[in-house]
Amino acid sequence: MNFLSYLISGISLGSVYALIALGYTMVYGIAKMLNFAHGDVIMIGGFVMFTAVSSQGTSPAIAIIAGIIVCTALGVVIEKVAYKPLRNATPLAVLITAIGVSYLLQNAALLVFGSAAKSFPAMINFPDWRISEGLTVSGETIVTILVTIVIMIGLTLFIQHTKPGAAMQAVSEDKGAAQLMGVNVNSTISLTFAIGSALAAIASLLLCSAYPQISPYTGAMPGIKAFVAAVFGGIGSIPGAMIGGILLGIIENLSKAYISSQLSDAIVFAVLIIVLTIRPTGILGKKMNEKV
Amino acid sequence: MKKKSFAKKFAVAAMAVVMAAALFTGCGDKKENSGDGDAKEFVIGGIGPTTGGGATYGQAVKNGAELAVKEINDAGGINGVPIRFEWQDDEGDAEKSVNAYNTLKDKGMQILMGTVTSQPCAAVVAETSKDNMFQLTPSGSAVESISGENAFRVCFSDPNQGIGSADYIAENFSGKKVGVIYNSSDVYSSGIYEKFASEAKEKKVEVVATEAFTKDAKTDFTVQLQKIKKSGAQVLFLPIYYEEAALILTQADQIGLDVTFFGCDGLDGVIGQLGDKASLAEGVMLLTPFAADAKDEKTQTFTAAYKAAYNDETPNQFAADAYDAIYVIKAAIEKAEATPDMSVSDLCDALKAAMTEITVDGVTGSMTWDASGEPAKEPKAMVIKNGSYAAV
Repeated sequence: MNFLSYLISGISLGSVYALIALGYTMVYGIAKMLNFAHGDVIMIGGFVMFTAVSSQGTSPAIAIIAGIIVCTALGVVIEKVAYKPLRNATPLAVLITAIGVSYLLQNAALLVFGSAAKSFPAMINFPDWRISEGLTVSGETIVTILVTIVIMIGLTLFIQHTKPGAAMQAVSEDKGAAQLMGVNVNSTISLTFAIGSALAAIASLLLCSAYPQISPYTGAMPGIKAFVAAVFGGIGSIPGAMIGGILLGIIENLSKAYISSQLSDAIVFAVLIIVLTIRPTGILGKKMNEKV
Repeated sequence: MKKKSFAKKFAVAAMAVVMAAALFTGCGDKKENSGDGDAKEFVIGGIGPTTGGGATYGQAVKNGAELAVKEINDAGGINGVPIRFEWQDDEGDAEKSVNAYNTLKDKGMQILMGTVTSQPCAAVVAETSKDNMFQLTPSGSAVESISGENAFRVCFSDPNQGIGSADYIAENFSGKKVGVIYNSSDVYSSGIYEKFASEAKEKKVEVVATEAFTKDAKTDFTVQLQKIKKSGAQVLFLPIYYEEAALILTQADQIGLDVTFFGCDGLDGVIGQLGDKASLAEGVMLLTPFAADAKDEKTQTFTAAYKAAYNDETPNQFAADAYDAIYVIKAAIEKAEATPDMSVSDLCDALKAAMTEITVDGVTGSMTWDASGEPAKEPKAMVIKNGSYAAV
């Protein structure tokens, strides 16, 4: 009974990681870069929705759409301004730029919204699922899992069965060759970032609904955990992000429950190290030969 | 290429000259400001984070202090001498805090009201005791925050809150099982917890579950709460800040945990933090020296004045501590019959002696001090009822 309740809370934590990890893995799989600002785009999305509902009094539906639009635009702008000029630079330079963008967004939010955490209004009204006495799955968790599955299937179909999807696959395999074949590499990468950031907006809605607070640091830690989840599942693999996220949440909560509530993060990272030693590309990662 | 590097060197040399000149001008200014003999004001400095992570606290302290300074000056100052209040931001960082202290000294500061957060305060107190400058921190609650003889504080120390809570629980919830959730990565929370644990043992309080979390995992508490539930605790002690407490209350409600929540001053603000779930705070108890909704006249006058001055914002405990701190300095100056033309060190000695003799009846309670710098005051137990604080 207790084990089941720990398991359920692990799955609900993991479903949030999985949703964020989808955005990470999508951008990495196609543009081959780690967008460390992803967590902070989530935070901005949360603030857009918070401001729309709390101070402008709009309906949640409009707030969510506004959040998605702002995040998508922000993702495209970040890509154009910060990453595009570094298209041919070393991956390390791009990585550091991404960290810079992450701090820029955090501090901009600090300046505009202040450091205090604000209470996020309830936007999802979905009934809790009572399995038995003391065993409840919250409505937010159910919605998060459903949304994550839908997005996972939608993304896979989009990449495998549409023309822009094919272009993405081509760009991910070889940018130069794709360009020679007439694929517009720049607009394909922009589209990738647009989709990744729209996913961030949806993630911010579900993250802030599950843990109803928003502050400039809201996205930072879940972003890092989701990155770990993406690596865990095999970065670049869309179903891998889902599996990695859920597993990470379960491991984290079970180690909190049975080992130590303070050591849970250490245990999560230790498991990551073990998995990567045995399977360097993660659970579902493809074996890839390094291009020379 | 060669030409360019010459130009660069020249620029560096020119810059050095300009900077040196600025340095000298700085010195000149300083002399002018602290020109002894004809000083006509007390210069009180304040340091705290008005940007960065702890900005809420720093801003509240700055507001509270400025309100008190304005009131005192409007009423004719201290023995007819007005106060000039100078503020510097330290972003909650120990090194920047020491820089801020040096800047304030250049501005002629004679008394320091600060710093706001515990760790920077410990760094600055080392400097003030070297300079023998009187320091009164409104809210630096760690033991080291007032390690010098020249330093005093307005708030309770963390250990005292832990002891106070354990005593209160032993007395009022005798025979009940107690659980604890604290933040092991935070000085405030673990400081209270450690003293609580040892005092609880002494007072034979039955602590059945102790759970911790860290600053990197402070959103999901369901596992900790489930373990508390399993342990059969009837009282849950939360020596943490209100932001995490709001999430704990929400998640405790989701898993159907039925306990009496009990916290310290960090819980002040939890009603606002819960937003549209404010009803979850009903019945939460906290031991705090200040509650904005308390019904006594002093608190109500202060709250009304603060709201009028800062667009209807409700003062928190930090604002109240700072407001009291300025009045404490005023009382000490009056007791010592100090004048602004005294040197910083003489002023400090006079105030140090006066501090142990005064009793200040402030918005955070009636306070006296001993030479260690710790205030003696009664923590008030409050319970949240109908969306506001009520004395138990």
